[in-house]
Amino acid sequence: MAQRVSIFVTCIVDQLFPAVGMAMVEVLERLGYAVDFPEDQTCCGQPAFNTGYRAEACQVARHFLKVFRDSEYVVVPSGSCTSMIAHHFHDLFPGDLEARHAAETLAPRVWEFSKFVLEVAGVDDVGARLDDVVTYHDSCHALREFGIKDGPRRLLANVRGLELREMDAAEECCGFGGTFSVKLPEISGGMARTKIDSIVRTGANTVVSLDSSCLMQIQGALARAALPVRTMHLAEVLASR
Amino acid sequence: MSAAFDEKVHNTLADANLQLAIYRATGRLIDHRKLAVATAALPDYQELRTQANAIKRHTIDNLDHYLEQFEANVTAHGGKVIYCQDATEVADFVLGLAKERRARLIVKSKSMTTEEIDLNERLEHHKLESVETDLGEYILQLAHQRPYHIVAPALHLTRYDVGDLFARTLGVANETVVEKQTLIARAVLRQKFLAADIGISGANFLVADSGAVTIVENEGNARLTTSAPKIHIAVAGIEKLIPRAQDLAVFLKLLGRSATGQALTVYTSFLSGPRRAGEIDGPEEFYVVLLDNGRTKLLADRAKRESLYCIRCGACLNHCPVYRKIGGHSFPWVYSGPIGAIITPQFLGIEHEPSLPFASSLCGACAEVCPVKIDIPKVLLDLRAEAKQAEERKGVNRLERLAFRIFAWVMCHPRIYEMAAMVAAGVAPSENGKWLRRAPAVMNLPPVRAWLSQRDLPPAPAKSFRELWRKR
Repeated sequence: MAQRVSIFVTCIVDQLFPAVGMAMVEVLERLGYAVDFPEDQTCCGQPAFNTGYRAEACQVARHFLKVFRDSEYVVVPSGSCTSMIAHHFHDLFPGDLEARHAAETLAPRVWEFSKFVLEVAGVDDVGARLDDVVTYHDSCHALREFGIKDGPRRLLANVRGLELREMDAAEECCGFGGTFSVKLPEISGGMARTKIDSIVRTGANTVVSLDSSCLMQIQGALARAALPVRTMHLAEVLASR
Repeated sequence: MSAAFDEKVHNTLADANLQLAIYRATGRLIDHRKLAVATAALPDYQELRTQANAIKRHTIDNLDHYLEQFEANVTAHGGKVIYCQDATEVADFVLGLAKERRARLIVKSKSMTTEEIDLNERLEHHKLESVETDLGEYILQLAHQRPYHIVAPALHLTRYDVGDLFARTLGVANETVVEKQTLIARAVLRQKFLAADIGISGANFLVADSGAVTIVENEGNARLTTSAPKIHIAVAGIEKLIPRAQDLAVFLKLLGRSATGQALTVYTSFLSGPRRAGEIDGPEEFYVVLLDNGRTKLLADRAKRESLYCIRCGACLNHCPVYRKIGGHSFPWVYSGPIGAIITPQFLGIEHEPSLPFASSLCGACAEVCPVKIDIPKVLLDLRAEAKQAEERKGVNRLERLAFRIFAWVMCHPRIYEMAAMVAAGVAPSENGKWLRRAPAVMNLPPVRAWLSQRDLPPAPAKSFRELWRKR
């Protein structure tokens, strides 16, 4: 019987970029997994946590822990949400040992999508094809909290027809930062423009990342500057044939 | 954000020359550090960071012990340790000593701690001449500005700015060659060193087991400041302690590399006590002023002590994408960048600039390069939580709090979440997949306006993921 994996698509993918979720499902099924989408899932609570609303983040985290209690694997198309769940949940319950325990036992079962493909499925060629010149944006939380750097590049290198061109500021933040993007819009916008300058210098047609929130920021800035560069989530690239 | 902060940010972002100057200068420091800590240059870099963190943790956890040990050793060498609570106490000590010794002229080497307490202004107010002798600091003193950066104080000024400034303030020809500018400053400062009554320095490390004040620098001005005048006063925060001289083997390897990419700075001085019998140079009197100024507040809370590990290398500033946009002067205190964002509210109180911890995308670049492994993003998150608790106590920012209460409630009720999302999708236009430059009137809320001030908005898809999933 096929191994079952649960997916947490994240609220942003669910509501704004559903194609990313569908692409992730397609890749996981292609790799032979039985995909399960627990329908009670909503958000990981990061917006409240990062804005300083601990009690509110705690409520959402409890809900998350309930929904994914029985999942053996939870695969997430985001480094940022994965880091919230795996690294920050346990800090939310200082006085509640049971919830803390639930968070700690869930943490090792939660996987960022590319890391899951490489390390659990053990695959670095998913049989994708995309005739395009792309550049890869390192999402901060994937890069710095999980050390995800070479993995996505290896997956991209094995996509037929794809040429990867590194940008000089690949590791520089795009400036999204959750509520930071609307609390300090000028700084956030300035950071996005530095990022797209670096993207444009590569001559790539497409920016790839593994966080839809970064891509929303980058695509928003590209669209505002009327630049003919598109953004794609890594899952969408890997689902292409 | 306070209006003052917003205005400084706006002006810095709007100044294209300044943007380029900041980005290039910090970019150079990033490149230099990268080479200096690369495996080929320093194979045990990560182990050194771990060790530095452990030494600082141990020292700060046992600070009372090491302060006493340091004081005993300084005293044994004929020096004197003075504990000061705040800026006024430091100024009073220096002024009192200057009066007793009939001192008029003071030379200073670079010290962020004295910047923190506006020591120059306080001394000048009492008719003492206090001259900065670090080239960058001297330039800023002439320009009446405060440091733009912990390590490179005049990072924002070009050689043309300096040429104009020297011509205007020193009455010299407008000189734009950096080496010639340095000679102009040198000619002025050399006379000051020779005539100075007191030299005031900072300290990079205070070594408890030897009572030595350790100073790293590249210009030699700190060595002159601490040896030419008859009196040397070192001013340092109490967190500058390290237990043993051998710990310098860890910190000196990390500090220069993290700051400027140098394996070691040009000068490293170990100063313990005044001139002894038979020695031909050194001051006759040696004082170490240990400053609290809010630091002991952090000692009370174990989780906050981490912020006291900082060795002021400035790497977090160079690597911070926010600092690289808004520069040093946008920050409300002398400490800028990520380290400024965490110590300003903790030293001065969260109410001083409660919005400061929010001026970060939490990208984590600061923590990645911190030589003593301060988890700056985590401290920022804790400070954000504290700021929100303070707001709740004061009953301010109620609308945002309400919005997040609703958010949490909706996210805990999947059916309501789905309904709310459908309503939102109904009003959000999708315009055949094109990104939106304007939002419809019904979505005209402050966060949407803020988003649209810089970027286009994604169109709402025809169906959410869960709808697509069900239709499979």
